[in-house]
Amino acid sequence: MRGYVIKRLAQAVGVLWAAYTVSFLVLDYLPGDPVTAMAGAGMDSGQVDPKQLAALRHEYGFDKPVLAQYADYLGRAVRGDFGDSVATGRPVTATLADALPQTLQLTGAALLLAVLLGGGLAVVATYTSRRWLRQLLLSLPPLGVSVPTFWVGLLLVEAFSFRLHWFPAFGNDGLRGLVLPALTLAVPTGAQIAQVLAKSLLTALDQAYVETARAKGAGRWRVHLRHALRNASLPALTVVGLLVGQLIAGSVVVETVFSRDGLGRVTAAAVTAQDIPLVQGVVVFGALIFVTTNLVIDLVYPLLDPRIVVASDRRASLA
Amino acid sequence: MTALPVFRSSRWAAVTALVTTSVLLTACGSSTDDSGSGGGTAKAGGTLTFAVGSDAGCVDPQQVGSNDTIYSVRQIVDSLTDQDPTTGKIVPWLAESWDISSDTTTFTFHLRSGVTFSDGSKLTAQVVKDNFDAVPRLGALGTLAQGYLSGVKSTAVVDPLTVRVTFAQPNAQFLQATSTHSLGIESSASVKRTPQQKCSDGVVGSGPFVLKQYVQNQSITLAKRTGYAWGSSRWSKKGEAYLDKLVFKVVPEAGVRAGSLQSGQVDAIGSVGKANEAALGGGQVTLQRRANPGVVFGLGLNNARPALKDARVRQAILFAIDRKQIADTVFPTGTQAATSVLAHTTPDYTSLAGDLSLDAGKAKSLLDAAGWKEGSDGVRTKDGKKLSLTITWIPNAATNQPALELIQQQLKAVGIQVKLKQLQITQLAPTLQSGDYDASWGNITRADPDILRSNFSTELANFYRLPKGSLDTALTAQAATTDAAKRKQLVGEAQQLIVRNAYYVPVVELQTQLGVAKKVHDLDFDASSRLQLHDTWIG
Repeated sequence: MRGYVIKRLAQAVGVLWAAYTVSFLVLDYLPGDPVTAMAGAGMDSGQVDPKQLAALRHEYGFDKPVLAQYADYLGRAVRGDFGDSVATGRPVTATLADALPQTLQLTGAALLLAVLLGGGLAVVATYTSRRWLRQLLLSLPPLGVSVPTFWVGLLLVEAFSFRLHWFPAFGNDGLRGLVLPALTLAVPTGAQIAQVLAKSLLTALDQAYVETARAKGAGRWRVHLRHALRNASLPALTVVGLLVGQLIAGSVVVETVFSRDGLGRVTAAAVTAQDIPLVQGVVVFGALIFVTTNLVIDLVYPLLDPRIVVASDRRASLA
Repeated sequence: MTALPVFRSSRWAAVTALVTTSVLLTACGSSTDDSGSGGGTAKAGGTLTFAVGSDAGCVDPQQVGSNDTIYSVRQIVDSLTDQDPTTGKIVPWLAESWDISSDTTTFTFHLRSGVTFSDGSKLTAQVVKDNFDAVPRLGALGTLAQGYLSGVKSTAVVDPLTVRVTFAQPNAQFLQATSTHSLGIESSASVKRTPQQKCSDGVVGSGPFVLKQYVQNQSITLAKRTGYAWGSSRWSKKGEAYLDKLVFKVVPEAGVRAGSLQSGQVDAIGSVGKANEAALGGGQVTLQRRANPGVVFGLGLNNARPALKDARVRQAILFAIDRKQIADTVFPTGTQAATSVLAHTTPDYTSLAGDLSLDAGKAKSLLDAAGWKEGSDGVRTKDGKKLSLTITWIPNAATNQPALELIQQQLKAVGIQVKLKQLQITQLAPTLQSGDYDASWGNITRADPDILRSNFSTELANFYRLPKGSLDTALTAQAATTDAAKRKQLVGEAQQLIVRNAYYVPVVELQTQLGVAKKVHDLDFDASSRLQLHDTWIG
């Protein structure tokens, strides 16, 4: 088990370093210049003095060679210092720390809703013996995956905020403000959970151990939930790990439609302003959340199925 | 935000625009009257919630250049002067009076007494000096403010309530600059802070409202300054503002802004585009609009390019453009076709409508005369070269691309091939500076005609690579005169020279359009088509 954990940890660190390096290279390669963006040069271009731009560029270290910048930033990033936002002058870590709780709230609520809705749909669809109902229910997830999140959000706002006045259309105020954005984000996520879970539930229901359980006289619900669902949830859990990344990415759209504060909005604003330190921070931070989630899931697997560690350790010792 | 096509509901927009024209007319006749006429008597109290599209990430008026944020931070600071939106005249605010030397290099301001900042400190000549000394140090972070003060030689305290600003060169624009938010006066303590601190924590001003809370990307909350008694001479209410509180919410999605206003979740919204006019036609909302003063949207031509060196080619472009078609199909209702290089709301604007009418026949004959003959594919050629221009543009407004696509078609009709090249916003200035472009699309908001000098003088950046000549003379002379009539005549001359030589091809006036709930009264545009909320009330 220790070898398994160390190997997973090393992988996580590798992913973080790669995320940092790739984003650094991409940002360096892209046209444009954060300092000109900072001066708002696009709007009143007549007024910017190149000498002042150069001074500003020097102050932020953007005039150093790329490799030196990379080494410099990476060295500080390792110690948790991502520098100051070019647009606002606030430390990147403080900006992210402010935005994080909002996004965690949103993605957490969305994930919970997605598991309940998607899981519920899969269980009901595979349980029912009415063919037409099963077909109908199973046709919903592909639909949920394919509609644009943006459109779902606007539709929900139009119906539940502008017409029915049940929920506010924007802002971060309390639980009521969380309902529509979480639901919007839960639609594509729940649909994917439903797809995977339904498929593996159907496979599980064909397995021999289910027959055995039935033969022993277990009721249909009991077989469905206790035996089949438990075994079928492993692939779904893997998907949830991947979906966390997707939820964070989706928060860019959802937080924009619903004008919520959070990592998504910070990301959108940082990219528009070419705020390189902030974009770097967001990328690494996003990768950190993703990596942590998957690390936790990797560590939970063996609890559900002990064979996983055994297999992994055997591979490790052979290598 | 790009997932929705801008014109998804253009048909509905047209229908609703027709239906609601009568409603809209009340709002667009003039800028300053009467969202409130007939609404009973003004009363104090209440909160105005205003949804804007973006957050500049900064709440220091001296550093902010984006309208969405200027709306709020403008209310925190007072300026030395104010500008009347109808006449363009500069009137007293913190300065009761001022003297300008006959060569417009020295400006002496006599300050009002008894003015305090919200931290209790007093307004003195020293505070004004501190502000003007600090602004150049903002450098590229405060381009507007810094530009207004460029060439300043010294700022001197004459006595506790008299301050004198001296420039190295004649600088007539400075008086109007003192009326802008960019040169709003901050307390000495604020001035001493770093630009970054001022950005994130805000500043202390003497304005009618005080910053209470700033949550980035979320909201800016202001509270009424009690005991305020030094408002601009053009405001109708004396003393404190009517409203207790102003809340600016950042709502990036235009459709959500419109729906929130229509459903009563906010009282006013900014940046209403053509696509959202339809959604606001229900009757509880007034659309308020005013053309932004300054240089209109148009094509800045690189006059050094071989083809564009020929005045006949530039003029052909000028005559080939159907400005009214562009204004009517792409821009919000009420947008006017350009009738000069300056918008009609700019002081000393001169109408040159006659020079800017569509005349495709004339465009063709000018091109013929210049030796550009029509080829088999409809594109004109000369010495084996095609008459092909690339227009560079930046995505800072949703109207840019459709407007340019129309221009592309219109120029094609007279045999000019146009390619469009989109740049990142940050790439524009370096590109203009390098001179490696044919034409660029843009505009600049400024309520003083000196903006012509910043843009067209060959002694400054000279992005359009103009030749030295009589235009320089007119531009330099208008900056050096205190005689209003003489300045108007010189500015008029400059506009004629720019338009008739087609140094720049004016197309449409940018219009600021707000949606305001009917219960909100006297929410008025200032001379720069931004907002003044001291006189605003809800009833």
